[in-house]
Amino acid sequence: MVVGISHAATIKVGKQYPVTTIQQALEKANDGDTLLVYTGHYAEGNLTIEKRIMLIGIDRPIIDGQHKHEPISIRTDDVTIKGFTIQKSGHSSMADIAAIKIYSGKNISIEDNILDDNFFGIYLQGASNCRIINNKLQAYGKAEHLVGNGIHSWKSNNIIIEDNEIIGHRDGVYLEFVTHTRVERNLSHNNLRYGLHFMFSHDNEYHYNTFRSNGAGVAVMYTQRVRMEHNIFEENWGDAAYGLLLKDITDSHILNNTFVKNTTGIYMEGSNRLQIHQNNFESNGWAIRIFSSCMNNTLEQNSFVQNTFDIATNGSSGKTTNIFTGNYWDKYEGYDLDKNGYGDVPHHPVSLFSMLIERYPTAMILFRSFMVTLFDRTEKMIPSLTPENLKDEKPLMKLPTS
Amino acid sequence: MNNKIIKYVITDLLRNRTILVYTLVLLALSLSIFMIEDNTDKGIASLLNIVLFVIPLVSIVFSTIYLYNSSEFIALLVSQPLKRQTIWLSLFIGLATAMSLAFLVGVGIPTLLFAPGISGITLVIDGLLLSLIFVSIAMWTSVRIRDKAKGIGLAIMLWLYFALIFDALLLFALFQFADYPIENLMIAVCMLNPIDISRILILLQIDLSAMMGYTGAIFRNFFGTHSGMIITFIIMLLWAAIPLYFSTRFFKQKDL
Repeated sequence: MVVGISHAATIKVGKQYPVTTIQQALEKANDGDTLLVYTGHYAEGNLTIEKRIMLIGIDRPIIDGQHKHEPISIRTDDVTIKGFTIQKSGHSSMADIAAIKIYSGKNISIEDNILDDNFFGIYLQGASNCRIINNKLQAYGKAEHLVGNGIHSWKSNNIIIEDNEIIGHRDGVYLEFVTHTRVERNLSHNNLRYGLHFMFSHDNEYHYNTFRSNGAGVAVMYTQRVRMEHNIFEENWGDAAYGLLLKDITDSHILNNTFVKNTTGIYMEGSNRLQIHQNNFESNGWAIRIFSSCMNNTLEQNSFVQNTFDIATNGSSGKTTNIFTGNYWDKYEGYDLDKNGYGDVPHHPVSLFSMLIERYPTAMILFRSFMVTLFDRTEKMIPSLTPENLKDEKPLMKLPTS
Repeated sequence: MNNKIIKYVITDLLRNRTILVYTLVLLALSLSIFMIEDNTDKGIASLLNIVLFVIPLVSIVFSTIYLYNSSEFIALLVSQPLKRQTIWLSLFIGLATAMSLAFLVGVGIPTLLFAPGISGITLVIDGLLLSLIFVSIAMWTSVRIRDKAKGIGLAIMLWLYFALIFDALLLFALFQFADYPIENLMIAVCMLNPIDISRILILLQIDLSAMMGYTGAIFRNFFGTHSGMIITFIIMLLWAAIPLYFSTRFFKQKDL
C-alpha cells in the first residue's frame, strides 16, 4: 500500500493540459493514480474504469452521455469519483444503463456529484464496501417504464448511502439482495414509484431519511431485521400510496419516525414481530392499516394526532396477537382518576365506520354525518363488529413530548 | 320587493329574543370549541356537527313559527296596494338576512378569527347557504299548510329527514348496491340533500388525506375541480330558489 502511494502520479485533464480527454488519461493512468479533470464538457461516449484510480472533478466538469452511452462503467475495486456533473445517459429497455454503473467491485466512493437526466442514476451490482455520499440525482421521467431508479443496488453488501437527494426517478433508492447497508439522511421526493424500495435486503439500517410526495410512498418487502429510525414519511397521497408499506417484514424495529399527511401512514401485511415505537402519526387518512395476517407486533408509545382513522383492520373476529400499549390517541375519551398518566379505561382505536369503509369504500361519502357518528357511539357502548381484542389498555393521557 | 317591509321584518326579528339567544348560544359554542381545541382543523370538525345540525333546525323551525305568527300582519299587507310577490319575497329577504346575520355573528366571526383558512371559509359559506335554504323550505311549508301545529310538525319532519333519515337511507342503499359501481351515482344522490353537500365540501378540506384514497378520489375529482365547485354552488342556490319559487307561486293564488 505504501509503495503504491509513493508511485502514485497525478494526471491533469483539461483544455490547457497535454491530456485533453478523460479517455486518454484513463489509458495513461496506473493503479493508484489521481486524475484531476478540470472544468469543461466531456462527451466521450462510454468511459470504462478498469484501474484503481481517483477521478476528481475540479470546478464541476460535465461528463455527457449524449442520450446514447453509459457515461461511466466501473469494473475494478478502489475507485473514487468525485465532483462531476454526469448527464444524459442512454435509455434502453434491454440494458440497465446508468450514469455510474459498478460491475462488481469493492471500496468504491461516489461523492459530491450531480447526476442529471439519466436513465438509472448510480447502479451497483455485486458491490461491497462502497460509499455513495452527497450526490444529487435528478431525472425527468414521465412514466415508470421510461426511467430507471435513482440509486439501484443488487446483490451487494456493506454499502453506505448518505446525504443524497433523489428526484424524479422511478424508485429513489432500490435495494434487492443487499445486506448490512446504511441509508442515512437522504431526501427522496417526487419519484414516480417508491421513495425507497427494498426486497430481500436483511440487516439494513435507515435513519433520518425523508421520503416525500413519491408516487406510491415507500415499500419494503420480504426482509428481516431492518431498523428504521427518525425517518420522515410525508405527503404520499393516492389510493395505492403508502407512507410505509410493510409486506412480509419480520423482526424489525420502526422507531421515532414521523408520518404526516399520507393517505395511509403504515400499511402492514404478513409482518411479524415488529417493534413499532415512539412514532408520530399526524394528519393521515389512515394512520395504520394492520391486516389480520400480522402477528406478534408491538406498538408502543406512538402518538396518533388528527388522523381521519387511527387504526383500520380487515379481520373482526379471531384473537389478535398484536399489542398496543402506552400510545397517545387524540380520540381517547377516557379519564385518569389515579393520575398515573395512563387512562383508566382501555381505548378501542378501531371505529365501526372504519370497519365499514374496509368493506364498503363508497361509504366514505357519509363520513362525519350525524348518522355515522351515532353508529360509532352505539358501537363504543356495545361493541359487536369491531375487534374486541384490539385495544390499548394503557392509553397515554398527554401527548408525549419528543 | 319593498324596502319598508324588509326593514320592518329585520328590525322586528333583531328584537326577537329567540334570535338573540340563538346568536349568543352559537357564539358561546364556537368560542369554547376554538378555545379548547388547539388544532384549528379539529375545531372545524367539531363545529361542523353544530352547523349541520343546529343551523337547519333553527332556520326551518323558527322561520315557520315566525310566518304563522305574522299571518295577521301578512293579511294586513295583502289588503294594501302591494303585489303579493313583493310581500312574500320581502318576508324571505328579511328572514334570510336575520338568520344569516345571527350565523355570521355566532359562528362566522369566531371561525374567521380562529381558523382563517380555506376550511374555515368553506364552513362559513356552507352555514350561510344552509340558513338560506332552510328559510326557503320553511316559506314553502308554512304557505302550503294552514294549520300551525301541522306546519311546525312538517318543518321538524323535514329537518329530521335531511339531517338523519336521508343518510340512513343512503347508507342502507349503499349496502344493498355495494357490488355495483355506484360512486358517481352517490354524488348525484347526495345533491338531493343540501346538508350532505355542505358536509362533503368540508370533508374535502379537513380529511384531505383520507379523501385521496380510491373512492375519496372520485369525490375529490368532482368536488375538487372548478366546474364541480360551480355546479355544487349552483345546486345549493337552486335548493334555496326552488322552494321559494313554489311558495311564491302558491302564495299568489292563496285564499287568505
